[in-house]
Amino acid sequence: MAHDVPAGTGDLYLDLVEAIGEDRVTAGGGARHLYSRDSSIIEGGHSGPVCFPDSTSQVSACVRVALAHGRDFVPRGAGTGLSGGAVPCNDPVVIATTRMNRILEVDQERRIAWVEPGVVNLDLTRHLVGTGLHFAPDPSSQQACTIGGNLANNSGGPHCLAYGVTSAHVAAIEVVLPDASVVTLGAEVGDGVGYDLRGAFVGGEGTLGIATRIAVRLTPDPPVVRTLLLDFGSIVDAAETVTGIIAAGIVPAALEMMDQKVIVAVEQFVNAGYPLEAAAVLIVELDGLPGGVEREVEIVETVAAQNSVGEVRVAADDAERDLIWKGRKNAFGAIAHIKPGYYLHDTVVPRTRLAEVVAKVNEAVERHDLIVMNVFHAGDGNLHPLLVFDPREPGTMERVHAAGEEIVRISLEAGGVLSGEHGIGLEKRGFMPLLYSPDDLAAQGSLRAAFDPLGHANPFKVLPTGASCGDVMGLAEVPEGVWV
Amino acid sequence: MQSFASEVGPSGPVCVVGGETRWGLGGESSAGTRTVRAPSGVESFDPSEMTVAVWAGTRLEELAAALMESRQEVALTGPSGSTVGGSLAVGWNSTRSLRVGAARDALLQAECVGAGGMVFKAGGPTVKNVSGYELCRLLVGSLGTLGLIGRVILRTRPLPERSLWLSGNLSPVEVSRFCYRPSSILWDGSSTHVCLEGYGTDVDAEATVLRDHGMLEIAGPPDLPPNRDRWTGVLPEGAILDVPLGVVHLGASVNPPDVDPGVRAIGERMKSNFDPDGRLNPGRDPYLVPA
Repeated sequence: MAHDVPAGTGDLYLDLVEAIGEDRVTAGGGARHLYSRDSSIIEGGHSGPVCFPDSTSQVSACVRVALAHGRDFVPRGAGTGLSGGAVPCNDPVVIATTRMNRILEVDQERRIAWVEPGVVNLDLTRHLVGTGLHFAPDPSSQQACTIGGNLANNSGGPHCLAYGVTSAHVAAIEVVLPDASVVTLGAEVGDGVGYDLRGAFVGGEGTLGIATRIAVRLTPDPPVVRTLLLDFGSIVDAAETVTGIIAAGIVPAALEMMDQKVIVAVEQFVNAGYPLEAAAVLIVELDGLPGGVEREVEIVETVAAQNSVGEVRVAADDAERDLIWKGRKNAFGAIAHIKPGYYLHDTVVPRTRLAEVVAKVNEAVERHDLIVMNVFHAGDGNLHPLLVFDPREPGTMERVHAAGEEIVRISLEAGGVLSGEHGIGLEKRGFMPLLYSPDDLAAQGSLRAAFDPLGHANPFKVLPTGASCGDVMGLAEVPEGVWV
Repeated sequence: MQSFASEVGPSGPVCVVGGETRWGLGGESSAGTRTVRAPSGVESFDPSEMTVAVWAGTRLEELAAALMESRQEVALTGPSGSTVGGSLAVGWNSTRSLRVGAARDALLQAECVGAGGMVFKAGGPTVKNVSGYELCRLLVGSLGTLGLIGRVILRTRPLPERSLWLSGNLSPVEVSRFCYRPSSILWDGSSTHVCLEGYGTDVDAEATVLRDHGMLEIAGPPDLPPNRDRWTGVLPEGAILDVPLGVVHLGASVNPPDVDPGVRAIGERMKSNFDPDGRLNPGRDPYLVPA
């Protein structure tokens, strides 16, 4: 491999090569540029050498070398994150886990699999086909994102409504701590001894260490699945249906909403037969044993009818079900051609206030002369307003920023929170004081410092600090292939 | 919260009392420690949101009765008389965890009094939230050593239409093969006790299969012995294994397992960062709880 070793990283680079091998480190300008971004709109990151360790001891060696040089380190999975969590600030050592992609062990009887962090989410589920088990977290990026990244972001996905987010599916984690030592947090059995450091670690956005082996819990495949597509003449009717379903005591496997702009864009892309005239559609998935599923289908149909539903389409077979989901999960690929730039937001509000909040968000974004589209996890109140724009038009990015801040404020005023699944990263650390008091943030800082007293693990992320991350926070066009 | 915070104050050793149903767990409270109680009462229950705001001093029975009006429940568990705060501080999961989920996944938001006497909030009110660090999960099972929980928002779940316990000689693995998602599987070394919950027709159908394999309906779960240990593959005489949790309920108390010094060091820094003077629940150590 040819090396274009930039000034200032020479000794660091050579020490990393000595530690893990020449073919596993790159300090070339091209790679450093590539690894200066994730899938967020944040640009301006600066990467130091990029390492591709393939074992726990190599991850530890990378951290040790970084510390010896007084450098920070930034863990990275597939780089599909949307909040800048993997954007490197001030030339840190980037430690990418993508080569650690082995499924180490599947214990079907105990429903546990040990995997390396670089295993792609969907690859694990594909590996399990035929066992009657699957890995429940299914972020829309699941064909690309890694389980290590899911763990770092406590990722969700449509089916976490009924099955819970990533944390509920992680039993134990082998971790390289920020001081390069290796520990195992959590256990495959028992309720836990001592503080729940496993629970604290999940969602740490790479600031608490690097997961190197993960014991995930596997979920039995449901015997019966029914997927319904409901169309509505107004977003209010769709939102009232969501509230009504939950109020009826049903927690569907998934409960997703798309507005008309998304429906039109997606239909052109996948030809799933989405109703183009509808103001909103809901995808409702019910699963479990046959009696309950049929009862719940009836209840959902009744609630929808009370809210002026148009057509109710029940997927006749797996192919139709896959088509409905294909539209939902590829929504952002479909939208990419509308304008060259887009910015995907992620907030959560009480699910009883969805209709009101979506209306306010739409009004606010349109007031800033931007296009807004909505495709989101309605069942748990997780909004994803998508702002579509052309960043080359002068003044656009200022309006995008202003509209984004309004979305956050509207969500918080409705009793919501900053993020449901994308995390805080760099994107929202400045908004943390809107949700948390200084004492709240100090408590979060105490948790972080217990794992990383020296502050070298992915600094600048999550918590607001006085320190600046180089010159990041510029907004760029979103790279190809972004999911929500 | 402010009056609870005033009662805790900024200095001097203080311990929080719940229902005292598992009082000695994790070590006896140090002598001379002042005691406080968190406020009690169900503040607001929103069935269509599936969340409930409740003060930590509320007894689990009182909370359950309030939720029952809308046929919902929470994942918290404890002996009769336990409080919400005590149940969270201990952090043990329900034997019906396969249905209701883990206790630590039920805690959405907690307002606590910290060691300095100030109030801090962990988490948020919504059912999904990744805004910052997972303080809530850290608090569950911490025996009140990082902060004294005053008020919480919990996730609720629908109660099952039907609930049925059966017992027989099928192995736990065989029961798992015959049933999609039973709520509980307990094993005493010879018999398996299984709880089927859900819609009536589904419970009946799975129960029929189990009866065909010799299992019989029982009134409820067997009495669980008072102590706990982590499952290591050998079931002591008279003990009962909670199969999905990997927790053994047994008569004799056991020593906690050795903890990796590296893991213990994080825990010690955690304690020292949250409570540098060691004033919150002195004498208590979560690492002395065996499972």
